[in-house]
Amino acid sequence: MPITLKCHKGIGPAVTGRALVAADNFSARYDLDRGKGVFSRSAHKLFGQSYVGQVLVLVTAKGGVASAWMLREMAARGMAPKAIVFDRTNTILAQGAAFAELTLVDRFEAGDPTKLIRTGDELEIEPDKGLVTILNRD
Amino acid sequence: MRLSDEENTMLAGEHGPARQWAIRHQIAVGEFFDAPDFVPVGQAHIMADTESLGEAGVAWLEGLAALPAPERRVRIPTITDPRGLDFASYKRLRQTQAMAAIEARAIAAFEALGVLMTNTCINYQTILPPVRGEHMAFGDTGVVIYCNSVMGARSNFEGGPSALAAGLTGRTPRYGYHLEQHRAGTMHFAVRHQPRDLADWGALGGIVGKAANSYWQVPVVSGLQGVPNSDALKHFGAALASFGSVALFHMPGVTAEATTLLDAFHGRAAPAAVPIGSQDFEDFYAAYAARGDKVDVVVFAAPQLSLFEMAQVAELLDGRRVNEATSLIVATSPEIKSAADRMGLTQRIEGAGGIVAAGVCFYQSYAREMAEANGWQRLLTNSAKLVNIIAGYGYKPTLAGMERCIDSAVAGRVL
Repeated sequence: MPITLKCHKGIGPAVTGRALVAADNFSARYDLDRGKGVFSRSAHKLFGQSYVGQVLVLVTAKGGVASAWMLREMAARGMAPKAIVFDRTNTILAQGAAFAELTLVDRFEAGDPTKLIRTGDELEIEPDKGLVTILNRD
Repeated sequence: MRLSDEENTMLAGEHGPARQWAIRHQIAVGEFFDAPDFVPVGQAHIMADTESLGEAGVAWLEGLAALPAPERRVRIPTITDPRGLDFASYKRLRQTQAMAAIEARAIAAFEALGVLMTNTCINYQTILPPVRGEHMAFGDTGVVIYCNSVMGARSNFEGGPSALAAGLTGRTPRYGYHLEQHRAGTMHFAVRHQPRDLADWGALGGIVGKAANSYWQVPVVSGLQGVPNSDALKHFGAALASFGSVALFHMPGVTAEATTLLDAFHGRAAPAAVPIGSQDFEDFYAAYAARGDKVDVVVFAAPQLSLFEMAQVAELLDGRRVNEATSLIVATSPEIKSAADRMGLTQRIEGAGGIVAAGVCFYQSYAREMAEANGWQRLLTNSAKLVNIIAGYGYKPTLAGMERCIDSAVAGRVL
């Protein structure tokens, strides 16, 4: 029986994908080399790792407003994450996800998802229902 | 969300596809944040530099700009944050023709939408400051936190697409800092070491921001002696928003909604204060220290400089010359640049070897490409916000007061 986590109703389409998890935060401008598709800020816990096509599971969104444009631009080049899961987002990433039609969820009943989901987990995200399912674990 | 008759007609497409996109986008965001309805806003402020927009964003804007005028023009005063490039200085910064070309396309599209190209992140000092209680749709985190806190305006961080949507519909979903219940203080900090200059104010913002670390926290800062001026609060707020994603703070006796500590917490008892002392400041600076290193570029920006900051830079450079191996860049708004030209400040700064750029703010201007084209790595600045942002672009940033930045620019190494 897969593990199902209840969250707030989210944004974007239902997707499945592999989780990339860190107890760290997220800004497309501060943290990424968007050309190469990797985390580029050396202090970030995912420094050097590719985010393309992954389900990012992070604590919160931070920093400037640029991410609102950047998610769509990354998606247009096929260099976006598959989805973003936050403990709690700020307004910018929610707006950016809506603009990019990228899947984003937050506010989990069981608490911080970076403590519930592990890197490598296969996730099914259903924003309309407010559900994230960990398919590979019981 | 509850929609008015007019909002329903926008959603049905009766006001054209631009307003239909805008209200759909706003409803998606509003429902995500459980907004009950919309609130009319007085101004919209769009962050939309071409580095962030990319080809996809510019082409999308051009699609809106091709609509008939009644369908595409914004409904409320809508202004812009700094651009990706200043046509008067981009060649000296080794930005490319391709960057200038995409910038020109973005500007043409915004102008067709009726957007006023103010190109500034200090609109609260130079364009039209909001008044207490006025609802806004402001982009640029530094603008939002200053206007919410110092002036008592009501805005969330509105990313470029959302701010443009607000310009097109004249409203924004009522959530977050539009609502009274989110504006009460949630954390308390007591300052035991008084900031001495703008870099210190930025450092204080960074220290509080790191501790707050959430859009939904409202820090209350007490223990300050005297009243900081607008530039001090500008640097404090910009760093607090950058390090912590914070959109509102209170300083009892200083900011708009907090005459007293009790006001700041909406009548509830203040929680025990976290002290901030000289060691916290020393630790903050130490994280960026690089004494003796060659300095490649000294930047005064983030936020754009006020007229008084421009005058201070000019004063400190008088009779001196920026080292040949170092670049010195000053970024300000077009309004302040015009004043600085008229008053001879630009000439004094550029006569000493600096570059004054208008309508840009350095980090929004293809910082990675500028670093590669100019061979820049070690960056020195008095902006705590900039040291936080710029490392992701491959720079090694150091924070110092304006005087030490300029002494270092002349020496060519970090003093």
